[in-house]
Amino acid sequence: MYVAVKGGEKAIAAAHKLLAEERRGDSAIPAISTAQISEQLSLGVDRVMNEGTLYDREWAALAIKQARGDLIEAIFLLRAARTTLSRFGYCEPLDTSAIQAKRRISAAFKDIPGGQVLGPTFDYSHRLLEFELDAPPPAEVAAAAEAVAMPRVLELLGHEGLIEPASASDAAPGDLTEDPLEFPASRDLRLQNLARGDEGYLLALAYSTQRGYGRSHPFAGEIRHGHVEVSFIPEELGFAVTIGEIAITECEMINQFKGSGGVPPQFTRGYGLVFGQCERKAMSMALLDRSLRAGELGEERVAPAQDEEFVLSHSDNVQATGFVEHLKLPHYVDFQSELQLIRRLRKGGEKP
Amino acid sequence: MSGPAYNFAYLNEQTKKMVRRAILKAVAIPGYQVPFASRELPMPYGWGTGGVQVTAAILTPDDTLKVIDQGADDTTNAVSIRSFFSKVAGVETTEDTDSASIIQTRHRIPETPLREDQILVYQVPIPEPLRFLEPRETETRKMHALEEYGIMHVKLYEDIAQHGEIATSYAYPAKVNGRYVFDPSPIPKFDNPKLDNSPALQLFGAGREKRIYAVPPYTAVKSLDFEDHPFSVSGWDKPCAICGSTTSYLDEVVIDDQGGRMFVCSDTDYCKKRRPA
Repeated sequence: MYVAVKGGEKAIAAAHKLLAEERRGDSAIPAISTAQISEQLSLGVDRVMNEGTLYDREWAALAIKQARGDLIEAIFLLRAARTTLSRFGYCEPLDTSAIQAKRRISAAFKDIPGGQVLGPTFDYSHRLLEFELDAPPPAEVAAAAEAVAMPRVLELLGHEGLIEPASASDAAPGDLTEDPLEFPASRDLRLQNLARGDEGYLLALAYSTQRGYGRSHPFAGEIRHGHVEVSFIPEELGFAVTIGEIAITECEMINQFKGSGGVPPQFTRGYGLVFGQCERKAMSMALLDRSLRAGELGEERVAPAQDEEFVLSHSDNVQATGFVEHLKLPHYVDFQSELQLIRRLRKGGEKP
Repeated sequence: MSGPAYNFAYLNEQTKKMVRRAILKAVAIPGYQVPFASRELPMPYGWGTGGVQVTAAILTPDDTLKVIDQGADDTTNAVSIRSFFSKVAGVETTEDTDSASIIQTRHRIPETPLREDQILVYQVPIPEPLRFLEPRETETRKMHALEEYGIMHVKLYEDIAQHGEIATSYAYPAKVNGRYVFDPSPIPKFDNPKLDNSPALQLFGAGREKRIYAVPPYTAVKSLDFEDHPFSVSGWDKPCAICGSTTSYLDEVVIDDQGGRMFVCSDTDYCKKRRPA
């Protein structure tokens, strides 16, 4: 009986044992290794690293295995693991212009200096189940592309003054993992919040702006994916040293802006940056970055995607899943008082 | 595991019949958005699923199909859709506008004038011309039913008051057959005059939004404007750098990072044919 909430210790132990069994599945089938997850389910790993806000493929792969493929649970595990790590400082800003690009496209121009590079993408594939994948022939290895200079597409518009300059600030960016978020939030904090935010949530809100709820006339100015170096200035050295390399996807949206006050009509920017190849997330982030700039650009705020407090307060899926799922916890005491109240009110209502 | 065999043009016959009914209704009520039970396809929503369903429903084994995106046959999405129909329908495909019986397009109308025996199928992202003025479908359907297009005229008027011109450069709204205001899909307004009184049947498919609409042959399509601010299109200062056309729509190609540009026809088939041999 469910009354067994008291003395739940035994029940919990049994549940965990069952979970371990279910996780393993049929023991006649070989167990999956975290290396296999990292290599063959790499986009799932990318997503978990993004929303788990920790760039560690091995840990993210382990989290996915432990969570039985439930990515939000895996993100939760990675966030919890991140808490245990000590922080030794902030790296230098990433130089994404120096990216070793695997993929780089612009939807605004047919051709661009450095070329359009499709790279590894689902785009233009027909979504037909490839039944032969279950027992695949060895994959052919594509030749690596030669590195060429790839000037930023949005800067090409900058020469003519047709697009607002990229905002530059020497001020130290905020960090909402160190200081709680306050409203109104600055753009750096909004971007950090979106980068940690749930991909599905960002996608849905970004989609709503395309369907008329806070429209921002976007063009995918440039999307680039590849590896960038991470450098850090150790205090004792006083100069930057490269400490590693990470895979990222960067999206710069070009958005229409009709001008206001003293500002002439020009294109404006929306920016998205994520770990790995989470392109859908990078694009959604760039659309939301732009829609959340409504106040700054003097646009009327009418839609959910323009409402900073609404967007930023509900983006974190670890927070969201925790609170939604907490409804499974016992609420007997509160419910008892509600029962009493509603009985009392109904009695009152029966009076002639 | 083994895969199923696909029906001609991918969709099953019941689905094609359903789409054809919607197309017939759309042709009967020019410019009216007919809801239809759009299906999932092996390409993503927003990438031409409406156009693909319309094409699949009207395609016969004798058809010759041309697919363009941005006016060009060699753009990635056009290549992808063309190879899809080649694979699942086995129809002949072409890049030649004159040889095509069905042309599926995204964002352009070919420069070469179309004929009575051709059908132009448009891929439509947002079929509702009033959507960016009123996000709710329940409201916009009412406005169409009552022919209540005041908010659109106010929007166009405000543009003129603020910028001295109507600040819409693509997906420019027009009225079909004197009744329904419609969205011609995001073609540049440069192409709007080609919609009017075209000998070819024009079909519009919006997969994600589940709507089909049509402009039958020889139907009046009038781009919205005001008497003192008549609809007009502007051209380029320079001709096409490849074929020298002064009347076609030109793409801007960035050739260096010092601000260098060249302008070439977006319609690759038209440009190719005009090129000096």
